[in-house]
Parts: sequence; C-alpha cells; structure tokens
Amino acid sequence: MTRSGMTKRGATGHGIGRFASIVIVVAVLAAVPLVVHSNVTLNFLVATLLAALAGQGWNILGGYGGQYSFGHAAFFGTGAYVTAILQVRYGVNAWAGFAAGIAGGAVVGAVIGGLSFRSGLRGSYFALVTLAFAEVLRIVASVTPITGAGVGTLVKLDLHARAFQFESRAVFYWVILAMVAVSLVITHLVERSRFGVWLVAVRENEDAARALGVDVIMVKLGAMVLSAAITAAAGCFYVQYFLFIDSGIAYGTWISIEALLTPIIGGVGTVFGPLFGALVVKSLGEGAKLLAGDAPGLDLVVYGIVLVLVIGMAPRGLVGGLTAARRWCGRRWRPASIPAEEAEHG
Amino acid sequence: MFTPAILIAAIFNGLLTGAVYALVALGLTLVYGVLHIINFAHGALLSAALFAAFFAFHQFGLDPYLAAFLLAPAFFACGYAFQRFVIGPASHGDDRNMLLVTLGIAIVIENALLYAFHADTRTIDVPYAFQSIDLGFTFLAVPRLVGFGAVFVVALLLWLIMAWTDTGKAIRAVAKERLGAELAGIDVAHIYAVTFGLGTACVAIAACLLIPTYYVNPSVGNAFVLIAFTIVVLGGMGSVPGALIGGLVTGVVESLSGLFLGDSLGQIGIFLIFILVLLVRPNGLFGAKA
Repeated sequence: MTRSGMTKRGATGHGIGRFASIVIVVAVLAAVPLVVHSNVTLNFLVATLLAALAGQGWNILGGYGGQYSFGHAAFFGTGAYVTAILQVRYGVNAWAGFAAGIAGGAVVGAVIGGLSFRSGLRGSYFALVTLAFAEVLRIVASVTPITGAGVGTLVKLDLHARAFQFESRAVFYWVILAMVAVSLVITHLVERSRFGVWLVAVRENEDAARALGVDVIMVKLGAMVLSAAITAAAGCFYVQYFLFIDSGIAYGTWISIEALLTPIIGGVGTVFGPLFGALVVKSLGEGAKLLAGDAPGLDLVVYGIVLVLVIGMAPRGLVGGLTAARRWCGRRWRPASIPAEEAEHG
Repeated sequence: MFTPAILIAAIFNGLLTGAVYALVALGLTLVYGVLHIINFAHGALLSAALFAAFFAFHQFGLDPYLAAFLLAPAFFACGYAFQRFVIGPASHGDDRNMLLVTLGIAIVIENALLYAFHADTRTIDVPYAFQSIDLGFTFLAVPRLVGFGAVFVVALLLWLIMAWTDTGKAIRAVAKERLGAELAGIDVAHIYAVTFGLGTACVAIAACLLIPTYYVNPSVGNAFVLIAFTIVVLGGMGSVPGALIGGLVTGVVESLSGLFLGDSLGQIGIFLIFILVLLVRPNGLFGAKA
C-alpha cells in the first residue's frame, strides 16, 4: 500500500496516484463498521469525520488560499439551521433541506467574502472580520424566533432514509464518510486545476499574482464559496445526526477553532491534512480523557498544546512533517526513489 | 420615554465601563502596534488574571487594588516568557503562525482553568462593592470610579515609559522599523517579549479593577476581548490614544444601545460597528497612515 502512488509532486505529475490513495483510504475507513460494532467507537469516528469535513472546507480557503478565517462557524451554523428550519417549520424533505443548507452556507460565504475581499481585508483583519460575522450570526440566532431563539430547534425523530435518518450508526458513518470522500476529491481537483494554481499564487504573494493578471478578488471569492459550502455540509450532517441545534453549538467559537485546528495540525494546504489532523486530535483528546477521567476542558488543553507544538516543530503540519522525514530517509537510504507523499495515509 | 436623567446615567455608566474596556484594549493595541499580530490569548489571560485576583482575595484576604501591585509584575513576567519562549520560537517569524500560536495558548489557558476550577461563576465580597456617590441626578459606584481613575493613571504611566525610558524608545523603534532597529543593535526578540509583557500586565491590572464588581469564570475574558478587538479597530490598530477614546466610546455605545435595544441586541450594535469600521475604514477612525 505504501508504494501505491509513485508520483512526483508538482505540475508534471499525473493525478492517478492521488485518486488511488483517496480510494484506498476511504475503502479502509469504510470497512471499519464491518469489524467494529461498538456504538461508542462509531460515534467517535463520526465526530472525527465531521471535524475532518468542516476542516476540509477551511483548508480550501486557508490552506490553499492563505486566508485564515476565524469564523467558519458562520457557514457550519447556517447549514445546520437551514436544514433544521426548513424541515421543522416548512415541512421540506430532509434531503432537499440538506441541499438548501449547503447552498445557504455558500451564500453566506459569498456575502462575507464579497464584503471583506472587496475591502481588501487580509491577515489579522480578515481573521477579525470573519470572527465578528460569526458572532453577529450567533447573537441573531439566539434571539430570533425562527431559530427557536435560546431554546434551539429540535428535529423530529423519524428513522427513515427519506428523512435522512438511519437507525444504524454504521449507515450514518458511511454517509459522512462518503461526504468526506467527496471533499477529498474536490480538494484534489482544486489542487490540480488552474483555479488551484491561482489560489496558491494568491497565498504566496497576492500582489505578484495580481501583477501577473490573476483576478485576486474573484479567486478568493470562489475559494470562500466552495470552502463555505463544504463546511456548511458538515453543519447539515450535524443536524441530521444529533437532531438538535442551538445558537451556541451552531455559531459557537469552538466550531470555528476546530475547523482550523484539524487542517493546521494535519497539514495545511494538503488533501489529506484535515482528515489526518482530525484523527490525530480526536484520538489524543479521547486518550487524555481515558488517562485522566472525563473532566471538562482536558481534551481541549491537549488540542491547544498539540497546536502550538505542531506549529513550532512542523509548520506544514504532520503530513508535511512526515513527508519531509520520508524525503530525508529516501535521500539517505534510497537515493533513486522519490517517496510518494500520500504513502503515509495508507 | 427616556428622561434625560436616565440617559445621562447611562452615559456615565458607559464611560466607567468603557475605561476598563480601554485598559484591556490598550494591552491588545500595544502588542498589535509592535508585533503586528492580533493576540488571541488576551481574553484567556484576562480570565487567568481574574482568577488570580479572586484567589488572592479569597485565600489570602488581599484587597484587589493591592493585589494589582503584585499581579501586574507577575503577569508581565508571564507575558514576557510566553512571547520569548513560546510564541516567538514557535511561529518562525510568520504572522499567520503567531495568530495560531496565541490561539493555541488561549485554548490551553481557558481549558486548564475550566479543568481546575470548573465552569462555576465566582464573585468576591469586598466591603466597598456597593458604595456609591450621589451626584444628584445619578449614583456612581465607587469601585467603578476607582477603576476609571486607575485606567488613566496606568495609561499615563505607559505613556511615560514609552516616551522617556530607553526600553520605551526601543519599543517605538521596533514598531516603526524592525530591521533598522535590529541593525542599530536593539534585541528585537527581547523588545517583543517586553511589549507582550506590558500588554499582559495591562490585563492583570484590568482584572484587579474589575473583580470587586464583576464575576469570574473560565471563559469570562472572551466577552471582553471581543469588545477590545472592536475598540482596537475603532481606534486604529496600534494607537494608544485611539484605544482610550475607542474604549470610552464603545462603553457609551454599549450602555445606550443596551438601554434602547435590550442587552443581547446591544451587543449586536457593537459588532455591526466593528464590521462596518473594518470594511470601510480598516485603519480606524483616528488612524491616518496605511
């Protein structure tokens, strides 16, 4: 498995290797419920994949575009609320609500992106404005009647596929895995597309990219909309899985933090970074809970420490760190071969 | 419907609250002005300082106003160490990494407090907590008046440090031209750490001024720091007078919009101003240079 994708990184390489590694990773993960039947484990894996999906959204804008958003909860929450409200208040079919939720998140992304990129906000300023938008949405959602205000919105239990609810945890797990798989493919396609190259150019040097004729605002806006849609999809799934949403969950600061935590720890601007990061942080969090009892706050302390350590020691995330390590080993012991970057994920 | 007396009382109370906001914002704007980063750990440090002031009173009976003289140097040392040994080395000189490292520190502090002290809200009982002065048309709480005065003393002190000491001159030099300062023999890593320490000391003093009339829990700092972000942006990032005026204005806006719109919508008023200023005048109302 580790030798499956022998591609060189860069524009000259072909994409089959990466597709193959996506297929392998997803296939391995898909087999888990056939072996493990414990609902606790499946719940843990669903939460992990959910974090990976929200993080993949952040990764498109932050990892490839270099625009560090601190308010991705704005999209997660909008996706969740649109899905829930359409079902509960307007009797819309859950699948249609799901699609509308993704679209709603994308629209919010377009509005926030349009306003802030047009004003030329970057760096700390962009981080602040996204944070503020998420806060405004949280406060609005906590007082307006349509969201259920402080009480939140409860989706009726209806365990049928047409209501996007499943009796078995395993089915839910496969659904979220499929969504993660789609997000991996999308990220891969972005990475290899002309749009992706523009996006990376904007990240590396916005002024230079503009001078070369890249429409910087449109490229950033496009990344924002795609990013928002993917993170919104995570919000939509959250509602169907937990059947409840309130303003503190939907637009909470923690959602925004987790969305940036997973790609940065896993490997910012890489296809597998968010998935890998989510697996690592969630496992460490659970491990900390096992060691020290289920006290509130402890797992998050571990997240914070890991975040600082990763930035300090492996600024390109764990995927980047492993790649560098493999390159180093490769140079040392196998001078002829260039190890495939995706090999670590098999 | 609102008599002038109510309005004036709201404005006065807004000014008193705004002064403490200004002090929190002062620390933030100082760090931004020199290091050019948003310090996301500011709120968590405020929560930690509030806990420190709480326990100083609760365990040792130390009056919060006296505790300020102990906590300010202690938090200066903490801030210095964070920047010198954690934020600086871990971020490799990249602004985006600095943002993330301060965020990481914020997560660690906030949740360590949650783990150690749980989510309970605590208050202290000082004898002067409910004393007030009658101005004829309104009452002003004594502890908040003390806070108001103290903020201006701290601001004056900070200005004196910046204007007259060698360290202050070095800080201003690094803020203006990092590379030039380095070439002139200034130890930039040390100056960064001193600046971060000063910002953290501001938070410690703010905590001591707040605790007599306020409460403490592990996430209490976040509410303040979001407002402090607004103030810093309003006043122009890095501008000390901007932070003071911005703090007072924000206090009044919050107090008045709370009066007219109710508490939670009053907060929206602040954020909408924040977003508008960011979008329209990112250099702040008083900031002139790009």
